[in-house]
Amino acid sequence: MLEDRDRIFRNLYGFHDASLKGAIRRGAWDGTKLFIDRGHDFIIDEVKKSGLRGRGGAGFPTGLKWSFMPKADPRPSYLVINADESEPGSCKDREILRHDPHLLVEGALVAAFAMRAHTSYIYVRGEYIREREALQRAVDEAYAAKLIGKNNVHGWDFDLYVVHGAGAYICGEETAMLESIEGKKGQPRLKPPFPANVGLWGAPTTINNVESIAVVPEILRRGALWFADLGLPNNTGTKLFQISGHVEKPCVVEEEMGIPMRELLDKHCGGVRGGWDNLLAVIPGGSSVRCITAEQAADVTMDFDALGKLGSGLGTAAVIVMDKSTDIIGAIRRIAYFYKHESCGQCTPCREGTGWMWRVLERMERGQAEKSEIDMLLDVTKQVEGHTICALGDAAAWPVQGLIKNFRPVIEARIDDYKKTHARQAAE
Amino acid sequence: MTKKLIIDGTPVEVEDSTTLMHACEAVGAEIPRFCYHERLSIAGNCRMCLVEVQGSPKPVASCAMLVSDLPPNRDGSPKVVNTNTPLVKKAREGVMEFLLINHPLDCPICDQGGECDLQDQAMAFGIGGSRYHENKRAVEEKHIGPLIKTMMTRCIHCTRCVRYMTEVAGVEELGLISRGEDAEITTYLENGIMSEMSANVVDLCPVGALTHRPWAFNARPWEMTGTESIDAMDAVGSAIRVDTRGGAVMRILPRNNDAVNEEWISDKTRHVADGLKTQRLDTPYIRKDGRLQPATWDEALGLVAEKLKATAPDRIGAIAGDLAGAEEMFALKDLLTRRDVKNLDCRQAGDKLDPKLGRGSYLFNSSIDGIEQADVILIIGSNPRIEAPVLNARIRKRWRTGNLKVGLVGVKAPLTYPAEYLGAGPDTLVHLASGEHPFAATLKAAKNPLVIVGQGAFARADGLAVLSAAARLLLAASAGKDANWNGFNILHTAAARVAGLDLSFVPAAGGKDVAAMLAGGVDFLYLLGADECDLSRLGSAFVVYQGSHGDRGAERADVILPGAAYTEKSATYVNTEGRAQQTMKAGFAPGNAKEDWTIIRALSERAGSKLPYDTLPALRAAMYKSVPQLAALDSVETRAVSGLETLAKLSGATSSEAFAPAITDFYLTNAIARASAVMAGMSQLRAAQTQKMSAAE
Repeated sequence: MLEDRDRIFRNLYGFHDASLKGAIRRGAWDGTKLFIDRGHDFIIDEVKKSGLRGRGGAGFPTGLKWSFMPKADPRPSYLVINADESEPGSCKDREILRHDPHLLVEGALVAAFAMRAHTSYIYVRGEYIREREALQRAVDEAYAAKLIGKNNVHGWDFDLYVVHGAGAYICGEETAMLESIEGKKGQPRLKPPFPANVGLWGAPTTINNVESIAVVPEILRRGALWFADLGLPNNTGTKLFQISGHVEKPCVVEEEMGIPMRELLDKHCGGVRGGWDNLLAVIPGGSSVRCITAEQAADVTMDFDALGKLGSGLGTAAVIVMDKSTDIIGAIRRIAYFYKHESCGQCTPCREGTGWMWRVLERMERGQAEKSEIDMLLDVTKQVEGHTICALGDAAAWPVQGLIKNFRPVIEARIDDYKKTHARQAAE
Repeated sequence: MTKKLIIDGTPVEVEDSTTLMHACEAVGAEIPRFCYHERLSIAGNCRMCLVEVQGSPKPVASCAMLVSDLPPNRDGSPKVVNTNTPLVKKAREGVMEFLLINHPLDCPICDQGGECDLQDQAMAFGIGGSRYHENKRAVEEKHIGPLIKTMMTRCIHCTRCVRYMTEVAGVEELGLISRGEDAEITTYLENGIMSEMSANVVDLCPVGALTHRPWAFNARPWEMTGTESIDAMDAVGSAIRVDTRGGAVMRILPRNNDAVNEEWISDKTRHVADGLKTQRLDTPYIRKDGRLQPATWDEALGLVAEKLKATAPDRIGAIAGDLAGAEEMFALKDLLTRRDVKNLDCRQAGDKLDPKLGRGSYLFNSSIDGIEQADVILIIGSNPRIEAPVLNARIRKRWRTGNLKVGLVGVKAPLTYPAEYLGAGPDTLVHLASGEHPFAATLKAAKNPLVIVGQGAFARADGLAVLSAAARLLLAASAGKDANWNGFNILHTAAARVAGLDLSFVPAAGGKDVAAMLAGGVDFLYLLGADECDLSRLGSAFVVYQGSHGDRGAERADVILPGAAYTEKSATYVNTEGRAQQTMKAGFAPGNAKEDWTIIRALSERAGSKLPYDTLPALRAAMYKSVPQLAALDSVETRAVSGLETLAKLSGATSSEAFAPAITDFYLTNAIARASAVMAGMSQLRAAQTQKMSAAE
């Protein structure tokens, strides 16, 4: 279990002062100038050494991603911070935005400096209105204190803009976000070219999650080794876990990577409602990953590799717990509806496939289907997965695949039930 | 740089900038596609072109992947790409199935049937049936103007139409609204599309979502016979295909000609087709007691010959119209010169162009293709958007590649690309020519300066002085630069004009020009399809009208000799670049109407000056002998910029009167267009929309 002294987000619950004064008291903006004086590559190396993996879901090594940015390019470079936290189950970034925004502002300066960017955009989800205000307050404070802006005390001109979306999930996809910031319709771009080469306004751009950026100053302050020592090899550091669903006390909590799932639920959330034996399934990383069964959940650790091995994923570490009162088909049907609703409609498999999957599940929930349709549905998910421009197609396909992989007997029983009642009704 | 690949087992070496799709095609692999189009930006959204790239876990959209972007193999061996593996087959079948689940499959009542990409590719790459048993999506009808019929339920969201309108036509009217399954193509507030080239989206649409409204349900593609021909609606000479069924023209479609129209045509070129059926002159007429009465060819030709013989040569005149082919102009000139007639003119609009100043003085010397090399363009007295929409699209194409400055002298108008407005009339031009105007320096600094002079600038009393000033300006800007670059460009509006000038169908020494003839200078006037001139001051002159449509000329005529339209004869037209092209006969002229040169040949015999050719090849042989450049079909000779010096040295004062627009109504520029109900409808709609927009401002 993470010790209090190793916590990065010391005001996660908003018990303390979120203003600049309070943040400085907690250690923010301490020694920032020193890291900057040690140069761009020092920061990138430290982040590489810390083993930090992107906190937005894919888990790509952050330092490596930064090193893709061109070092001498006539075009300006940009850092875009993804605060479009829209994945069902995820609610970590909002806690940072409203309670510890200065960690993010400081991280933005440091990360932008590492990538030789003078400008950064934070793209806040449209529904996060208070969060946006809190963040803007922090940015204004930092400007007023000359911590950022032109001719700031750190000697690296840096402008930070808070922009916001209008409530589209797809704008959380990094290239759709760039389109949206540019004032266009949020539709993902084709890759290649990757944003590090042609990104915002056609210039080199790196897009990072809020949490990935906010932890960077603390890594630099305490040293890469401290961060690398926490967690498991290749899954280092601390992570904000967000537990929702059928636990006694749903919460957001900072924990070490690789904490056993059972320990996470028992220690921080008061355990599964009705006891561990009442557990049906867990979606461990936000709605887009495949669910795992109670048996699998019993001894899995919460990290990218262990969950990946189960065919699921850590995602954003948004743990959705479902006890045995859950209609698992209905739950996945609702998720399928979400992806159908949020598909941008640009490319064929996702536009047409998400609706198809939802409609079939809608029937399966009632049992009004044929058993052969289960395999057909699985085949449809395979036709969507990997055939689309962005990862939304995958995100829509995986929950359904998880359902069929783990709960096929439940679907079959539902179909049999329906047949039985309706045969009787027809006979009467 | 080139890159080696192994595609379907065949090693191939392609340029770095090639897309994977083209690399696959280079080894003969067929890649299905819907959204990809060579002349539009890459969208990569249909996902039909997926191929398997070794080392990549997912299939790759080949249209959007440059071969240079393929990550190299660790050992440096060429990347292996497969287009015929089970993975690719499955991917294609999957995408095809997705495309069809919400497609209505109403092929039997769809006009696209028979030439539908979706139909063809479903046959080639799809599976036999569908596993989709839910309700299909239906999309509300959209109204996007009288030319384009929509059936948006059929739409597969390839966005070709959106990209075409935004990129090529330069009118941001179409877009994709909503998202996911609810995504729909629509125009802003269902406005009609305000473009002169909108109907090209119908050709681009790979399915039957956008079809031609005027031809809806008229014919099936396999019932029609296509004839490759040339358009005569403007001076661009776009390549077209005329589709006929049983002799009737059912539709006109563009053909590819990279040098001229790429693969676009204007709405007028396309939808003038219904004008070929109405207001036709199908039998000779003679005016008796003030009324035109049907007559036989014998009577009509006899009367014309008699009048011709009875009138003194200096009181005889002929005007060639905008749609006349070179053959009939040559024959008419031949006939009249044999009778010592000097009053000939093909410059109906009063253009001051003179063939004596050299061919370069009246042509679009840089060629249309050459626009893409220009870096500064000065437009004088022209609105290319309505005078030559396809040529304007070429300027826009050049503008989109960046670093192009455009200046405009004349009437302010939206051109689909930004233009610096310099002034309204010749005064600005004189300032430019003398170098006082700042834009003159811009032209001078250009690598390939280009000047486009439109009819609005030279069809006026001081036209020659204006042309001379423009030539001086261009010569000054070109001094010391590439001698092969000739940026002096005349933009004609009439298909017949350049051939007329090539044939010197202009007054001989001492002859009268159009204005003098129309002012009562002749007693016998032969109108060869001339409808765009003011015939009110002819007095009692005897007027012969030879042409295809009952329009202004026929109304004033004493004798009407019914001729053939451009789709009903093989005729030579020379476009504004000086490119000679021949139309092909797609059908027969209606009733008793005849091909135009045969009418003149028949008349010559009765008038006692028999022309020495009995067949079209014989006529052409004679024509080529006198004007050799007409024989060089589909080619443009280079004309050195030094050829302009004679024109530049002309003196003459310009007036201060502003340049007037050459065309006021794009849709009604000639007799065929005025006979077309579709064009009349478009004209009305445009007028109403313009009024609405100016009221809103």
